[in-house]
Amino acid sequence: METLAIGCGAGFSGDRVDAAAPVVRTLIARGGPAALIFETLAERTLAAAQLARRANPDKGYEPLLEMTLRPVLADCLAHGITIVGNFGAANPGGAARAVAELAQELGLGRPRIAVLGGDDLSEGEGRARVAASLGNAFDADRFVCANAYQGAFEIADAIRAGAQVVVTGRVADPSLTLGPAIAHYGWGRTDWDQLAGATMAGHLLECGAQVSGGYFADPGRKEVPGLEDVGFPIAEIAPDGSTVITKADGTGGLVSAMTVKEQLLYELHDPAAYITPDVVADITAADVEELRPGAVRLSGVRGHPRTPTLKANAFFDGGWFGDAEISYAGPNAEARARLAMEVMRRRLGDVLTLRFDLIGVLSVLGDDAGAMLAAVPPGGATDVRLRVAARTDDEALIDRLHREVTALWTGGPAGGGGVRTAKRRRLTMRSCLVPREALPASFTFAA
Amino acid sequence: MDRRTLYDIAHARTGDKGNHSNISLIAYRREDWDLLVAQASEARVAAHFAYRRPSSVTRYLLPRLAAMNFVLEDVLDGGVNDSLDLDMHGKALSFHLLTLPIA
Repeated sequence: METLAIGCGAGFSGDRVDAAAPVVRTLIARGGPAALIFETLAERTLAAAQLARRANPDKGYEPLLEMTLRPVLADCLAHGITIVGNFGAANPGGAARAVAELAQELGLGRPRIAVLGGDDLSEGEGRARVAASLGNAFDADRFVCANAYQGAFEIADAIRAGAQVVVTGRVADPSLTLGPAIAHYGWGRTDWDQLAGATMAGHLLECGAQVSGGYFADPGRKEVPGLEDVGFPIAEIAPDGSTVITKADGTGGLVSAMTVKEQLLYELHDPAAYITPDVVADITAADVEELRPGAVRLSGVRGHPRTPTLKANAFFDGGWFGDAEISYAGPNAEARARLAMEVMRRRLGDVLTLRFDLIGVLSVLGDDAGAMLAAVPPGGATDVRLRVAARTDDEALIDRLHREVTALWTGGPAGGGGVRTAKRRRLTMRSCLVPREALPASFTFAA
Repeated sequence: MDRRTLYDIAHARTGDKGNHSNISLIAYRREDWDLLVAQASEARVAAHFAYRRPSSVTRYLLPRLAAMNFVLEDVLDGGVNDSLDLDMHGKALSFHLLTLPIA
């Protein structure tokens, strides 16, 4: 049987919309069966989409969907490259309509678009399941939404039923890749090693450029040619579930044993038990080898039986987040920024729990409680930006924080400039496990 | 005394899940693997990140890949949806790990 090639066109919501076209050109040039996945649904992306849908029932799917698919939809349909994406987010039906409209506008007729459902636990029985699973951690007054991670077999069923585009909501990221592989090779639900191998191929693809030179370059240590044009990855999945990672032809970036190892372990916890809805993958006996420059093989992944539960993420109203910044530069700048910090602590410390950062001294590695910043002795930094951040249920207090930092312009230390303020609603997340049988996944073809 | 740090013998990448951070640590050269295993112990890494108050630090070894994976639990001030950190995912923590001195 011919080897299946699966390309990745997006690794998060907001990824580059010009990334997919070189991948599709490469899949076409290589020939053979192929699919293209889009992974656009990070943990918090879906909660934001749920809120967008409540504000407008036509929204709630990936905002960049039309911009992302427009450059590749015609070629994919013409060459039989199945598109699988979780760009449906909180509204897979709406996303399917958007794809159908785009196809019509481009004169591509009516593609077969499958819509996957069953992940939304925000209402009714689903909500009750989440509440039961979370127990005291379920705050009914603040509950916003919950979605479970669905698996690959329903994606495979949809493809076997003739889908050219599969639109999903919450699906485990690697299942987007495993689905087309199951459809192609006809693996069964207990072909654990094959399922695990293709799952790890999907894991390597799901963050887009992160396996092909993105999130990797460190000048002088880890060089990446043409990072400004980093190519997106392609996985050639073999019948035994092993995979060879390459990337789009004629692009920048780098696929090496080092990039593949870094991404193999990305967001992994126990390497002997990477749990997805489909399988428990084990990479403790896996090998990563460079076959030739730009082609890396992952083999030896083992699979164990899937778990009886599915993971779900529940989101709760978390009140408000706000922050504000002001800069100091030149001689004694750090001392002036530290004085401004002290002024804010005295004026706001009684009503808000504040996080302070001194950008240019310490701002990223620090902790919210300020333990690390407190341990940094005053130095002579000459370009420092004070950041004050807080969370609270009371929006008025965020507005007050903004006014206080803004007032440092005239009432703070000398030479303060460049005030910026921002605020947004917060969503807090809790994860839980729900019984698999409570969530019958299914697909329908869009009208 | 060896003035080097882990940065001289290994590369690393951070990922996040909820309030937990995982940091891979990968030897550039297979011959440095034993040194990396000896230097990057759970105890030393836990001490290096003590200011983040991890509830646990677990190390998983992958000798075939000359790589290891650290899982630091409860170090992200609540994680991407809760933290007030500019880097709410803790993406930069891998480079903090690489500053661990080789003793």
